[in-house]
Amino acid sequence: MHTRTLAELAELLRNGDASSEELTRHFLERIESLDSRLNAFVTVTAEQALESARAADRARAAGEAGPLTGVPIAHKDIFCTEGVRTSCGSRMLDNFVSPYDATVVEKLRAAGTVMLGKTNMDEFAMGSSNETSWYGPVRNPWDRDKVPGGSSGGSAAAVAARLAPAATGTDTGGSIRQPAALTGTTGLKPTYGRVSRYGMIAFASSLDQAGTITISAQDAALLLEVMAGHDPRDSTSVDAPVEAYSAKLEAPLDGVRLGLVEEFFDDGLDGGNAAAIETAIEVYRGLGAEVKSISLPNLALSVPTYYVVAPAECSSNLSRYDGIRFGYRADDPKDLADLYRRSRGEGFGAEVKRRIMTGTYVLSAGYYDAYYLKAQRVRQLIAEDFRRAFTEVDIIAGPTTPTPAFEIGAKMDDPVTMYLNDIYTIGVNLAGLPGMSVPCGFVDGLPVGLQLIADHFQEARLLGCAHMFQKETDWHRRMPAGDPA
Amino acid sequence: MALTRSQVENIASLARLEITEDEIPAYVGNLSRIIDFVDQLENASTDHVEPMAHPLNMSQPLRADEVTEKDRRDRFQENASRVEAGLYLVPKVIE
Repeated sequence: MHTRTLAELAELLRNGDASSEELTRHFLERIESLDSRLNAFVTVTAEQALESARAADRARAAGEAGPLTGVPIAHKDIFCTEGVRTSCGSRMLDNFVSPYDATVVEKLRAAGTVMLGKTNMDEFAMGSSNETSWYGPVRNPWDRDKVPGGSSGGSAAAVAARLAPAATGTDTGGSIRQPAALTGTTGLKPTYGRVSRYGMIAFASSLDQAGTITISAQDAALLLEVMAGHDPRDSTSVDAPVEAYSAKLEAPLDGVRLGLVEEFFDDGLDGGNAAAIETAIEVYRGLGAEVKSISLPNLALSVPTYYVVAPAECSSNLSRYDGIRFGYRADDPKDLADLYRRSRGEGFGAEVKRRIMTGTYVLSAGYYDAYYLKAQRVRQLIAEDFRRAFTEVDIIAGPTTPTPAFEIGAKMDDPVTMYLNDIYTIGVNLAGLPGMSVPCGFVDGLPVGLQLIADHFQEARLLGCAHMFQKETDWHRRMPAGDPA
Repeated sequence: MALTRSQVENIASLARLEITEDEIPAYVGNLSRIIDFVDQLENASTDHVEPMAHPLNMSQPLRADEVTEKDRRDRFQENASRVEAGLYLVPKVIE
């Protein structure tokens, strides 16, 4: 049952071949028996899940079911869930029970989906390996000594191991696409503003966007139809119509212009990854796509730009954690300043503190123009590269990551090496574009992801492009041998 | 650019972050590496380039200044460790 996609599970429910309660029990049992080896979940909401499953079954019996009524999913623990602990992978929020639902959670609940639990993540979504979580690292189901990527590593590992058929994620610099690539799952990061950020714990507000980790592009389309849309509670949410993405997946690729970024195929790209990408491009040629070479000359500046913009916004966003109104509070403070300093010093982990400090520095008096303003100008150059590219091509294709999954612990000593892992994904966030990672092969038994990027609000074309590839290949249906041992 | 120990202490103080004596050398090393890394932005030519504050270059929407939230103080205060009579408790700030 767990080998099926979300769309296939929805069909089982529609045909009466399974009840939501049966499906939900099945996935809860898998989590119960297998997750101790992966650490993909921070919280499992078994009782609430069974209750919502029974409600979904009643709705179906009453003829009130929608396309996703009764399918189980998991939520990244960055989305606020009313009455359920929302930790954001941090000691700071270990005791935080959200008094409200994020818009994404509310919409998916209203569509009848059943929440299995909350998935592990890098602390406050800051990390590319899921090693910065207060709840310990998540393991990659393909090789448990390897990282699953991050920050949405728990969601990616859960879907890869089929502990959940689909999960939500967030992507600030690659946090959906990179773990999807490293775990052989399909990751979708929509256009900035396409999905509401309300109730999604903020990291870098001009970059953060909610999306999905699924088995297939079709599943991503089904979820995006529900998640997307204008939300007055998020002032950056865009008021543009939501398309019927799942109905547009079969658009032919004949004549579609596919751009290969010259700068993506550099020395940093692993040979095995490069070969898998080349093979995937051949599939697109076979589908009638016209493949062209394009250049993003400022791409190399995207990582340093990101590591000014994101820490700056993070230092501002995370100033709300004061130890007083919610979250971790230090014991026996001498005075108010001591309460602030120690609550934050003890509540945040090392990487979060590094980013807050970096952000505080680049925004501090005398440095703002040299760092933050300069980075915003370079950001414009990077966005301009993409604007120019999209006058020549419809879709940009290339690798999601330079290498397959790396060893747990391998990059924890050097933050800059870890940051460079996101070289291919970060530009997309700086430009606010929609991007996906689609499984396209293996290197030494570890999955490789093909990244697809489209122009703003071209999610229908992007998802269609991924779907047509998945009709020709079965990489996305591969699962780790046996159950994660 | 290498940061000094006193710069790191000043940043931590601005950020209201307690860092311990033995953590300081690691912060000096890591933050210097990060600042060195982002310093390459200096070389990018950005004359006459508008800073990009929003990925879609949109402006913020305005709305009428009306109360739209219900009073949920009691519910919100369930997440605070020290509360009394609807007030958040903090160490004394005025003698």
